[in-house]
Amino acid sequence: MRMRREPAGSGGRTGGDTRPAGLRVLPAGPDALLVECGSGEAAEAFHAELLRRRAEGELPAVGEIVPGARTVLLDGVGDRTLARRLLTWAVPPLPRGAGTAVEIPVVYDGPDLAEVAGAWGVDTAEVARIHSGTEFRVAFCGFAPGFGYLTGLPGHLGVPRRATPRTRVPAGALALAGPYTGVYPRASPGGWQIVGHMPEPDTLWDPEREPAALLGPGVRVRFVEAG
Amino acid sequence: MNRRAGEGEVAGRAAGGGGVGGTGRRIEVVRAGALTTVQDAGRRGWAHLGVPRAGALDGPARILANRLAGNPPDAAVLETTLTGCAVRPAGAPYTVVVVGGAVCRVTVDGRPAAWGAPVRVPEGSVLEAGPALRGLRGYLAFGGGLVSERVLGSRSADLLSGLGPPVLRDGDVLPLGGDGGGRGGCPADAVPWPGAPAELVLPLWPGPRHAWFTPAALHTLTTAVYRVSAQSNRIGLRTEGPPLERSRSGELPSEGMVLGAVQVPPDGRPVVFLNDHPTTGGYPVVGVVAASALPAAAQAVPGTPVRFVAA
Repeated sequence: MRMRREPAGSGGRTGGDTRPAGLRVLPAGPDALLVECGSGEAAEAFHAELLRRRAEGELPAVGEIVPGARTVLLDGVGDRTLARRLLTWAVPPLPRGAGTAVEIPVVYDGPDLAEVAGAWGVDTAEVARIHSGTEFRVAFCGFAPGFGYLTGLPGHLGVPRRATPRTRVPAGALALAGPYTGVYPRASPGGWQIVGHMPEPDTLWDPEREPAALLGPGVRVRFVEAG
Repeated sequence: MNRRAGEGEVAGRAAGGGGVGGTGRRIEVVRAGALTTVQDAGRRGWAHLGVPRAGALDGPARILANRLAGNPPDAAVLETTLTGCAVRPAGAPYTVVVVGGAVCRVTVDGRPAAWGAPVRVPEGSVLEAGPALRGLRGYLAFGGGLVSERVLGSRSADLLSGLGPPVLRDGDVLPLGGDGGGRGGCPADAVPWPGAPAELVLPLWPGPRHAWFTPAALHTLTTAVYRVSAQSNRIGLRTEGPPLERSRSGELPSEGMVLGAVQVPPDGRPVVFLNDHPTTGGYPVVGVVAASALPAAAQAVPGTPVRFVAA
């Protein structure tokens, strides 16, 4: 394919620069950049830095800033020199306890709770104890408005998605897949392992509220056993 | 009023009844057609919360229909799909209606009326936009504009996330805004409706994951002829043609996606993401079609040849 190559940052890095480790800027069409970070944690830190610079008026016009699992998308980039400059930024690691925190009451009673307990090698009460004892953070959103991908569980507690997705997962279902925890803001098909439910899922998404999503990127989350 | 997008919810049916615009002017849906939705310029700035942009797929057609109807360019219109629709204006002695986008026969109470120009429809008469003769998506602009409630700043229906007014059904009532229908439409001597492409040529820019494909696959993508699949919808233009082979296996962690992203799912057939596309996704994006080239994609009927050319 005879297409123009990356504007900056692709391929090997040379010594002596100040690029954050593992950072690459990939083109995503004529006016968007996908910033690939080395890890989820690095992506969260880079996203926080983007928001900080935007709030301080240091970021040139960018239409949308969309975090992903290990990337941040800058869509609607008016400044063609931005790609090069991003690579020179010093990005501080995300401080622990940064960002707003919400507590979400949940009941650990999901249909896949026993299976997850088996995978973790504990009983179901211990799944609830471990999960509610973990501090999560919304890494990014997607799948549906207000669906946040929450990180925080240690890597060895990752569980695979179900081999066959359910055709209908109810609103408020608390579910796990890979490194992520999520709560379905509305009923939809879904393949994650359901370990519980949120009694009041209506608070997850409300387009008349600001912000519309309770679990927007960067929000810290703790699940609290209800009842 | 509950405006969330619950499964099977019909909140917003009749799109606010007449309580939104307050003028009492409205249209009654006599024949909703295969897939007719309310669309404006869409909602921007919410992708980070998983909210697609939505909006009329053929933006220039939406703007032109609005101008001819005497509306601001971003007024909400009806977007029809292939089979058109029929509506009965009410609440004013007459209502200006412009049918544009896909070319079709237009009638008022069975008598031929102009396509692509303002038509004064008397109260109680039925305006019918017939099946598309050329193209796929028709646009009906009404003097005063549709004024269903805004969700996150837009009146557009979003079929992926269910935000905005639901897909139209027979019998729905949609409120119109404006000053009571006193204004006429805006006549014009010549108007540029591009129409349906005989061959859809899509300029392709590099996507973030083109390195995930073999050189042979990248060559195939820009030399082979694909065709528009009947599985296409407002989320994506699906294609039929030679599958693209990846140079690497494994899963791609979810990452943000832009309008026009050409994503390649495991079957290897490129999908061009349109306005209702998910905001993050996990299949590699091999290239990106510039947004300005997508209105033509909105009008390309299934079977239309598609050529991706390096931008």
